[in-house]
Amino acid sequence: MAIKKKKELDTEEKSPENRILSFPDEVLERVLIFVKCHKDRSAVSLVCRDWYNAERWSRTHVFIGNCYSVSPEMVARRFPNIRSVTLKGKPRFYDFNLVPPNWGADLHPWLVVFASAYPFLEEFRLKRMTVTDESLDFLARSFPEFKALSLVSCDGFSTDGLASIATYCRNLTELDIQESGIDDLGGSWLSCFPDSFTSLEALNFANLHSEVNFDALERLVARCKSLKVLKVNKHVTLEQIRRLLVRSPQLTELGTGSFSQDQKLRSDADLESAFSNCKNFNTLSGLWEVSSVYLPALYPVCANLTFLNLSYTALQSTELAKLLQNCPLLRRLWVLDTVEDKGLEAVASSCHLLEELRVFPADPFDQEVIMEGGGSGVTESGFVAVSEGCPNLHYVLYFCRQMTNAAVATVVRNCPNFTHFRLCIMNMCQPDYLTNEPMDEAFGSVVKTCSKLQRLAVSGLLTDRAFEYIGTYAKNLETLSVAFAGSSDRGMQCVLEGCPKLRKLEIRDCPFGNAALLSGLERYESMRSLWMSACNLTMNGCQLLARKMPRLNVEVIKEDESDDMHAEKVYVYRSVAGPRRDAPPFVLTL
Amino acid sequence: MEGGGSDGSDLDNLKATELKLGLPGTGEQEKLPSILPRSSKRAILEANEGPSKRNSSEIKSVERDQKPAAKAQIVGWPPIQSYRKNSYQAMKMEAEPTGMYVKVSMDGVPYLRKIDLKVYKGYEELREALEDMFKCFSLGEISRMNESNGYEYAITYEDKDGDWMLVGDVPWEMFISSCKRMRIMKGDEARGLGSTP
Repeated sequence: MAIKKKKELDTEEKSPENRILSFPDEVLERVLIFVKCHKDRSAVSLVCRDWYNAERWSRTHVFIGNCYSVSPEMVARRFPNIRSVTLKGKPRFYDFNLVPPNWGADLHPWLVVFASAYPFLEEFRLKRMTVTDESLDFLARSFPEFKALSLVSCDGFSTDGLASIATYCRNLTELDIQESGIDDLGGSWLSCFPDSFTSLEALNFANLHSEVNFDALERLVARCKSLKVLKVNKHVTLEQIRRLLVRSPQLTELGTGSFSQDQKLRSDADLESAFSNCKNFNTLSGLWEVSSVYLPALYPVCANLTFLNLSYTALQSTELAKLLQNCPLLRRLWVLDTVEDKGLEAVASSCHLLEELRVFPADPFDQEVIMEGGGSGVTESGFVAVSEGCPNLHYVLYFCRQMTNAAVATVVRNCPNFTHFRLCIMNMCQPDYLTNEPMDEAFGSVVKTCSKLQRLAVSGLLTDRAFEYIGTYAKNLETLSVAFAGSSDRGMQCVLEGCPKLRKLEIRDCPFGNAALLSGLERYESMRSLWMSACNLTMNGCQLLARKMPRLNVEVIKEDESDDMHAEKVYVYRSVAGPRRDAPPFVLTL
Repeated sequence: MEGGGSDGSDLDNLKATELKLGLPGTGEQEKLPSILPRSSKRAILEANEGPSKRNSSEIKSVERDQKPAAKAQIVGWPPIQSYRKNSYQAMKMEAEPTGMYVKVSMDGVPYLRKIDLKVYKGYEELREALEDMFKCFSLGEISRMNESNGYEYAITYEDKDGDWMLVGDVPWEMFISSCKRMRIMKGDEARGLGSTP
């Protein structure tokens, strides 16, 4: 019907202006349904009043990158038909204990408003939010159509909250609580899924500490025929995994439990056959406490793997090499640095389609590691090796203890398409270990060569020169993380002046002061947020910023510091909701 | 940033009241990054005192001199999330030599197994586990610990002194602390071990 209407209009109206003016809203809304990306939708809403209205009526998913940038009432007023909400809360440095607990980002006020505005809400995807058991219970009872709950790096809830979700969400398809800090009161929450419940498609409780009731899990897996994603915690044994696989060969993503010696395992052949029956695996993770004798059982499923997460597995280089020989289609690989440079050479020779590599340190706080060839972990040569074998590499997170400017230059020469480059040289302020020079040239070569760079994390000994390079060349940079770097205000100024697409800037322990902070006056309203801790900011400087830019929230975190002038932790973000009404006593809004 | 005069004077006023670490009159020099965290609560790695310029090699040599002193941890560095840190710590503890892995060989079997003695509560559990592990190979029951008469196989172990002993004679705790490896021996060979001198 609507399509016919459009055709009539096209033939009738001759002039372009008339055609647009009489374009019916319903048609526009139908077309806009196909516009999914929230950035595109923002652009659509700015065209004209009609398009703004059509967009807001047709939007079903809202993405809120900072929960304090807008109020739930404002969201409900503007978008009447939301089914899915993505909400992010605390600043990212909360993950590293730089933000005190009880800082905020409570989900509950959002639930209360949305329970009446969106009774048919189906999805919540939350990151770094505080979620209590009361909130989970309220959620479970308030939204009868609720389908998907994803809690990444959230905290404040216990397994009791999960029990509420299991009990009341009859249409649940996804429950994902990865990386969240959960109070473990035991594993009986899983038994709360009623016997009639069969809709589950994704279940991830990999980081839960306590054992779950395995019988309940097995029965759940058996009756949920659409289950595609299953990631269990380390208490699930090999034999139990075997039994689960027998019930669910249709899985596409598996996170195993403990992959070590299990007396109850019937036989290795049984394990292998259980894995062989699963023809659709594309993702494998878990693998805690792996005994290499059982690794060959995985080989049958490796052929189609695109994502392998070995970041909880202390594999040696030879074990990794043998495993990777079976994974030619791998695109994403996460490993521990126990595999060392030799392991990375195996990556380079087996995984030519690799796009993303993350190397985590097995022993991040080991102060005794001596470098100069005798150290453990990975070095610059592993990094170079991967770049030589994997030309499609565009995402890297690399923890190491030594690096050289020349090696980084070689890496980006081999892989010029980096979009995410996160290099963490774990010894603070460490120079190029061969030349003793700062690491400025390394990051210089990254920004000069990788024109698509969106995210950058720097480390090592860095002067203002590194930031001059970033400001001059990183024109697509959106997120920058800086620690223990720079020589003066000029460093930060270069970045604020030179990176037009910058959205998130997080800085710790750098010699940037008020002049640097204030040089970004014009920038902060086009950014999501700025975090600065242990820099040279004072209360005066922050107050000046707050006074000049009333649409920014300038918050100082004061944790009983004796020095009243110093602004130890500063968080600046744009907001249309005004200052926080729920700030704890240690958060001062200026 | 607007170039208006009022902004400039605001900034100058700020600078005048600023508290700095360096000596007076040294504000404008290009300094290498200060690694002295301002908060007194956090661990101090290396005092970067005074305005004197240091080049990177000097810093490195100072670091080397200070290496014997244990470096205290800095909050949130390296930047690894807590759930990951906790996993790694757990992994470290499990990998430590306090886990008692010993090799177990069985006569006539082409490969060995490795077991963690700490997992078992006593001899009975150990025997059951070994029977389970090798059941496809054993043609008869593995003997009870203290008797080797009439059974096909006997479980023996090499102790700290290098001697081969019959499993089951000593208290369990003593056994697991002295056992270096185990061998499931064919019955006739084992009979020699079990007989009391």
